[in-house]
Amino acid sequence: MSLDSQIRPAVISLGLFTLLLGGAYPLASTALVGALFPNQSAGSLIRHGDTVIGSRLIGQNFTQPQYLWGRLSATGPAPYNAGASSGSNLGVNNPALLDASKARLDALNVSGPVPVNLMTASGSGLDPHISPAAAAIQVPRIAAARNLPEDRIRAAIAASTEDRTFGILGEARVNVLEVNLRLDGKFK
Amino acid sequence: MMFGITVNSWLQLGLYMCALTALAVPLGAFMARVLSGERHFLSPVLGPIERLMFALCGVRPDEESNWKGYALGVISFSLAGFLLLFVLLMTQAWGPLNPQGMANLTPDLAFNTAVSFVTNTNWQSYAGETTMSYFSQMVGLTVQNFVSAAVGIAVLAALIRGLSRQRDNMATDKVGNFWADMIRVNLNILLPLALIVTVALASQGVIQTFDAYATAKTLEGTDQVIALGPVASQEAIKMLGTNGGGFFNTNSAHPFENPTPLSNFIEMLSILIIPAALCFTFGRMVGDRKQGVAIFAAMTLVFVPFTVAAIGFEQSGNPHLVATGADTAANMEGKETRFGITNSAIWAAATTAASNGSVNAMHDSFTPLGGMVPMLLMKFGEVIYGGAGSGLYGMLVFVVLTVFIAGLMVGRTPEYLGKKIGAYEIKMASIAVLLPCAFVLIATAVALLTPWGQAGIYNPGAQGFSEVLYAVTSACNNNGSAFAGLSANTPFYNTLLGVCMLFGRFFVLLPVLAIAGSLAAKKTVPVSAGTLPTHTPLFIGILIGVIVLVGVLTYAPALALGPVVEHILMIKG
Repeated sequence: MSLDSQIRPAVISLGLFTLLLGGAYPLASTALVGALFPNQSAGSLIRHGDTVIGSRLIGQNFTQPQYLWGRLSATGPAPYNAGASSGSNLGVNNPALLDASKARLDALNVSGPVPVNLMTASGSGLDPHISPAAAAIQVPRIAAARNLPEDRIRAAIAASTEDRTFGILGEARVNVLEVNLRLDGKFK
Repeated sequence: MMFGITVNSWLQLGLYMCALTALAVPLGAFMARVLSGERHFLSPVLGPIERLMFALCGVRPDEESNWKGYALGVISFSLAGFLLLFVLLMTQAWGPLNPQGMANLTPDLAFNTAVSFVTNTNWQSYAGETTMSYFSQMVGLTVQNFVSAAVGIAVLAALIRGLSRQRDNMATDKVGNFWADMIRVNLNILLPLALIVTVALASQGVIQTFDAYATAKTLEGTDQVIALGPVASQEAIKMLGTNGGGFFNTNSAHPFENPTPLSNFIEMLSILIIPAALCFTFGRMVGDRKQGVAIFAAMTLVFVPFTVAAIGFEQSGNPHLVATGADTAANMEGKETRFGITNSAIWAAATTAASNGSVNAMHDSFTPLGGMVPMLLMKFGEVIYGGAGSGLYGMLVFVVLTVFIAGLMVGRTPEYLGKKIGAYEIKMASIAVLLPCAFVLIATAVALLTPWGQAGIYNPGAQGFSEVLYAVTSACNNNGSAFAGLSANTPFYNTLLGVCMLFGRFFVLLPVLAIAGSLAAKKTVPVSAGTLPTHTPLFIGILIGVIVLVGVLTYAPALALGPVVEHILMIKG
């Protein structure tokens, strides 16, 4: 048993697996799931006319009062940069963590405790969801800005709310972009 | 709340453990057939491909080698894989499938990344969507995701043969044919499973496309670049092969890698399914299924309490948040709404118990004690389920040590599965257990004592120390997860952590093969009244004790300086 005798199997098996696992497997997967799930595999993109206006799975930055706001986002250079996902990586005692929370509280300007998911940055910086409670506290602001009854806003939120999968897995959540598309009359 | 965590958390964890066990048993039986070279239900399709590959590679599957020959195969295959990946990453700018025009990697980053994927660590110094071409992701990284896992399982197969051979009293020092094992595992186990998981994930919204990045006109009127790519096929094997290197910077927290609670459940199952199933494979191959069940039980009895603790710490959360005006202290910083605290904590435990290293939440932002759980699970040597193959062979090293220690306590000759455990096995086991521990502590000290090491630290104080400790622990144990505040893409960290990953892989793998060779040549002695049974609750308890003691005693001072100090600072307010 020498090193020489190992070169042939090493080189050839690596070459064959590169063709099979690096070429055929991802290409076959692309063809298969492209046929089975054409919309999902392309990024669940949402179009208005011919223009891509977002992805159902990727959050957008909302700061204007007439829109529902999402989680804080720590991506750079701007929040919700879906070309460079990032969390804040701030530790629990890092003053910058609470500075960000306080800035969000000031912007929300509501009385009483705020749902914690609305005061913290998501892991991806692209979280498309907030909790139902975090949506509910924003209803008065959105209704006032749009000059609409609060029930209309609540109905839009309810229509974009998902419960835990099978009642067990994950958490109940509201898709922020979907709600705002509904409010703008662009939801399809 | 029930025993420190919510009722729903118990339900989610319970469902996860039930599904894991239910799938692991039949998969374990299937893998035993593959590793023994027997026919199975996929043979009509895969058999011809397998035989063709054997022929092209000049491999005769029945021609077995001793442990040194087997090790030579592992080393030459890993070296070839490293060289190919290194060159590919250094030249990706000129290659195909690069719609975003990604540049060539720097030499230190290419070294670190190639080592990382060849050693099944998948530490990421790079951010996928801003660094890697589609070609590098699929032809470079995906291939190593498969084959590095297959190498681990092959080495495990050699160790199992070492333990189970000689029952027929025919002298041999042969442990198997590395090339046959490696090729069979890739074709018959990893590829079919990856295809199933790819389709399942794509149904949930994981993307699979070669389109260039999209640009969306957002509702507030700005342009949003949306990174795309062939993600699903890589995601599947990233989870199954205990690799963990994400397509995107934020790994499985990214909605395109992990869009729904169901995709999260599938990915969490994929993390542990092969390492857990290999316990049952082991039981079958040594002809005593109780032995496999015992090891699975030991792993589970460590995993569940640690997971419950992680969930509890994150639900108790960060009191600073309530003081600022939040409704609860639950620590949602760095976590995704759809997963919540429970799934983020279960994932953190699973990904570090196995040497997966993917994340669906940012560990650097965990509470200090919540973040200590994944750190400790790595420090146990990645044997609680552990990496594909490497987890169980690491665990069997602990079993050998436990048999020896228990034998000393009761004055019996240490033996395991009828093989006498001698001085040579104990020496090799000690190397495999203690060297990675030494690397962790030495490399942490090196990083902290140099300006280049200190420069990478992000969070102030004790958390900054934890970032370095976590990174080195992760590299030396081939995990790959991070306290990601650390700026690791520097020549210093790329080199240091690259060397740690190599040491962590081969200073365990090679002693394990040496043990396999030594045991293969030993006669199997019949069970007698003097034999210590190794499937009993008593033995499982001693085994857990040995693992936890080695881990905790080695690292208690370091953990006290990092997470414990940070925790005290947090509760002091």
